Amino acid sequence: MLRRDVHVTAHDLPTFLAQVILQPLFLLFVFGKVLGSLGYTRGGYANLLFPGLVALTAVITGMQSLAFPLVAEFGWTMEIEDRLLAPMSTALVAAEKVLFATLRAITASVVMIPVGILVLGSIPWRWSALGLFAVIVILGSLLGAAMGLVIGTSVQPPQINIVFTLVFTPLLFTGSSQYPWPSLSRLPWFKVVTAMNPMTYVSEGLRAAMVPRVPHIEPWICVSVLVGSLLVLMTVGVRAFYRRAIT
Amino acid sequence: MSGVQVDTTAPPGAGVTGEEPAAAVYDLVKRYGRAPVNAVDGVTFTVRPGEVFGLLGPNGAGKTTTIGVLTTRVRPTAGRATVGGVDVVADPVGARGQIAVVPQRSNLDRSLSIRDNLIFHAAYHGVSPRDRARRADELLDQFGLLPRANSKPDFFSGGESQRVMIARALMHAPRVLFLDEPSTGLDPAARLFVWDRLRDLKAAGVTQVLTTHDMYEAAALADRIGIMDHGKLLALDRPAALVQSLPGSTTLDLVLAPAGPAVSDLLVELSQLPAVERLEELPADPDDQGSEPAVRVRLYVAGEAPGLVAPAAAAAAGRGMRLVDIRLGTPTLEDVFIHLTGRTLR
Ligand SMILES: Nc1ncnc2c1ncn2[C@@H]1O[C@H](COP(=O)(O)OP(=O)(O)OP(=O)(O)O)[C@@H](O)[C@H]1O
Ligand SMILES: [Mg+2]
Repeated sequence: MLRRDVHVTAHDLPTFLAQVILQPLFLLFVFGKVLGSLGYTRGGYANLLFPGLVALTAVITGMQSLAFPLVAEFGWTMEIEDRLLAPMSTALVAAEKVLFATLRAITASVVMIPVGILVLGSIPWRWSALGLFAVIVILGSLLGAAMGLVIGTSVQPPQINIVFTLVFTPLLFTGSSQYPWPSLSRLPWFKVVTAMNPMTYVSEGLRAAMVPRVPHIEPWICVSVLVGSLLVLMTVGVRAFYRRAIT
Repeated sequence: MSGVQVDTTAPPGAGVTGEEPAAAVYDLVKRYGRAPVNAVDGVTFTVRPGEVFGLLGPNGAGKTTTIGVLTTRVRPTAGRATVGGVDVVADPVGARGQIAVVPQRSNLDRSLSIRDNLIFHAAYHGVSPRDRARRADELLDQFGLLPRANSKPDFFSGGESQRVMIARALMHAPRVLFLDEPSTGLDPAARLFVWDRLRDLKAAGVTQVLTTHDMYEAAALADRIGIMDHGKLLALDRPAALVQSLPGSTTLDLVLAPAGPAVSDLLVELSQLPAVERLEELPADPDDQGSEPAVRVRLYVAGEAPGLVAPAAAAAAGRGMRLVDIRLGTPTLEDVFIHLTGRTLR
């Protein structure tokens, strides 16, 4: 089943690459390069932004790679049916979806590194923190996939656009990808809202790995919160998946 | 062996011969969510290995739901269902290993070519890579799909998709094949093609459970037919036996006009004509755009029906009505359905 999804992706490589590369390319270019050169942001902002954008890429790619196809496959095309009828547990079909979306998200996050070097000239990279970087990227990708599973199983096709607007935009801007969370003290209510978004802990975890001098949330807190959110989202998502698969 | 009648001695019940039923439902009930009525309402039947079993019923009868339970996609509200002796609720994975499903609506993988649809399907079912490719080519050839094996399902017509889905279902050599309205929406040639393939499968010993709202299809393919309506199984037997169960061996349809207050008396008189066993009023013909209101009745006759035309015309004349049209026939499954429900199938 995983091979089916990889096969489809391989045959659709340009789209995949475009999705994976273009989005971060523009984000980096505008926020890191253009605003910097125009003097709207202080020097060093690009370094602060880069880990946040990797986090954003991991979460968003995971979510998109799962939610969009799943809504279509359950809704219009029913093409997931053939896999649901295979002699294997329904939970495994859901697990495959998550695994595939996670792999895509990890790929997209890793691609950010060369893209970042290309656009920004240099990125804050510390080999000593490679382990933390990898753990957070994997957790962030899983987090995106789990969110995608919840959305993909609970949304009817006609609602997909509105749901994406309602979920996507807030997620995008409350995930601490464009600012470090501890610096929000002057906006306490926003700080609380942001703390509710699990993506914040991906951004903060990656800052801890890449730019430890910027104030950040402790890595162990990030990992704990991410694992906790994952457990909750996965349970909800798999339950919903069963409800859609077996009426 | 496709032309051979199935044995008529074994009762429809299971286990009489000690043989495991290929598929069975016992007192099956399904109610969807907050629906006010049961979609399937206490259905019991058993499908013997090698048998072709037809579920015949109008839209909304509960055919797809019954198939859905047997194929593990619908959770029963009450009752039990098995395929190949495996309980579908207790062991859905084991049950899925026994079956293949051709759904009512295309569910082909639109991201894959036709050949890959077949190959990946076989992979999901654990067929070895070498067998996959060989079987895919065999089936594509057999179903006349080889020239288009590399195109995507989006560009296929309904009939072609149907062929692909049947070919796909056969990739993993299932014990029981479920087909939900296999020929709905097909043109006559495509339909005959599908029928022929299904007869080949029967000859090869593949058990089939199919649904249809076409009595000709049911009679042409099925060894036994269950007639369903409103979630209930109204009758279950061989097609010939169902028809024979109707009183009267030939029918005479009469169209009488103008319809008026005298009709009910006339119907009583007609039903008392010699050799008339039963009389049924037929629903008005929707195609009939005649200027005057007419009544359609069907007489079930023991023996020769043509001899009744003259007395019927005389009786009508006596009540101030005319015989507008007549039609002779032998009873069909449609008549069985009308007899059971008072409605036509369509
Ligand atoms: N997922 C569902 N949720 C709610 N009600 C449903 C669902 N699927 C079917 N029903 C209802 O259950 C009843 C039986 O439907 P079913 O699809 O089994 O009929 P059918 O005999 O296959 O009809 P058709 O010939 O139209 O395919 C119908 O009244 C239908 O509206
Ligand atoms: Mg149906």
